[in-house]
Amino acid sequence: MAEKEYAYFLGCITPNRYPGIEAATKKVFKEFGIETKEMIGASCCPAPGVFGSFDLHTWLPIAARNLAIAEEMDLEIYVTCNGCYGSLQEADHLLKHNERLRKKVNEVLGKIGREYKGKTKVNHSIVILHDVIGLDRIKEAVKKPMDDVNVAVHYGCHFLKPSEVRGHGSPERPYILEDLAHAIGAKTPYYKDKLMCCGAGGGVRSFDAPTSLEWTRQKIVNMIEAGCDCIMHPCAFCHLQLDRGQVEMQNLFGIEPKMPVLFATQLIGLAMGFSEKELGLDIHEVKMPEKLLK
Amino acid sequence: MGTLLDEIIEYGGEVFGKEHMETVRECVQCGKCTGSCPSGRITAYRTRKMIQMARMNLREVLSMYELWFCTTCFTCYERCPRGVKVTDIIRTMRNIAVSEGHMSFSHKKVATYVFKTGHAVPIGEPQMKLREGVGLDPMAPTTQKFPEQLEQVREIVRTTGFDKKVGFDWETMKLREELEEGK
Ligand code: SF4
Ligand code: SF4
Repeated sequence: MAEKEYAYFLGCITPNRYPGIEAATKKVFKEFGIETKEMIGASCCPAPGVFGSFDLHTWLPIAARNLAIAEEMDLEIYVTCNGCYGSLQEADHLLKHNERLRKKVNEVLGKIGREYKGKTKVNHSIVILHDVIGLDRIKEAVKKPMDDVNVAVHYGCHFLKPSEVRGHGSPERPYILEDLAHAIGAKTPYYKDKLMCCGAGGGVRSFDAPTSLEWTRQKIVNMIEAGCDCIMHPCAFCHLQLDRGQVEMQNLFGIEPKMPVLFATQLIGLAMGFSEKELGLDIHEVKMPEKLLK
Repeated sequence: MGTLLDEIIEYGGEVFGKEHMETVRECVQCGKCTGSCPSGRITAYRTRKMIQMARMNLREVLSMYELWFCTTCFTCYERCPRGVKVTDIIRTMRNIAVSEGHMSFSHKKVATYVFKTGHAVPIGEPQMKLREGVGLDPMAPTTQKFPEQLEQVREIVRTTGFDKKVGFDWETMKLREELEEGK
């Protein structure tokens, strides 16, 4: 029997570009007794830095509609993208704390027969790994320890910040991804500007791709210089920028795409013995090296 | 109409609360935001300058190309020694810019994907195959799969008037800009 059930808010990039993230998360969670329910009719979160920059008064009711779908299912949400986390958790926070705003948003939602009630909770999948499943059970499930693997931990931005809303401690000293990497035996070397943004957010990727890729180039070079073998991250949007971005960077700056990019459950899934194909790693732009697959 | 600063506090206040937005008055121009900003390292965007232009009611800030180089990483927001809610102030300034017609064509296109499918990044045939390859249904059960669900998102957009701000024509499902230029 399932220990716990969640509504999986997919967003856009996970289901529509990197379905391996979706498959890996569902498979790894199932191993630990966590069941996933689909959110019928969910839309774009919508992206907090993009739609939040365009029109906050449209961003908020669309986010609230997504929250209302989970409320109707009577379930808490989990996400696999910092954008989705940022958007839904921020919307939930604002609406829970501001009655006038809630009334206004519910007037809009009333027109489509929905209502935001404030009874769900937005969880990030890596927090479920860390706090609900727990490091001990992850350690026990490891079949292929990542002893000789140097993991470049990349947090992205909206998982940690704004910290007053996220509640995962100081964004200058995060620990959740490091703990997870260590649980599967990997090392997490420090690299220059480790906490820097991937460069995609706030609409910069669509506004000016070469500029946004300069961020990415700096991050990837710093990871290579620190001797990292792969990236472990919690965000589908960062994933797009870091993986697809390396191919775009090749055209722009002549750098070869060779830093493999893995969502947290994909790397943990490998350590648990799932295959490259089961985790959708074979469809990433940057191919997985032998070191990770053996 | 009041000053730009009043407008920013008023507009953002409706969403974030007035107190949150009033923090803009606490800025002492120390520059820690600019020093922390990854964008400022590689572009001409200067966080401190944006905040100061808002404080000095310089409306030309709304049409500046640089205003769109913030990735909303929230580093400045976390580090500002005066508690200025920088990123939310920037997002509000962008909202006002969009209301006044300052929105790039590429950003309008992103908005149209949501009008058309409910997703900023919709699915296509090749990605459906990728989904099947990992044992998932070819389409996730979202707005792109269910027209009646998509209609709800469209109704929200029409209610808030965002479609008009972007200049979207529902009949042709195109931007007015595209129709005019025959794009
Ligand atoms: S860090 Fe804060 S006080 Fe200093 S210039 Fe930036 S907004 Fe103003
Ligand atoms: S939130 Fe924007 S202005 Fe602030 S540090 Fe990040 S990119 Fe710079």
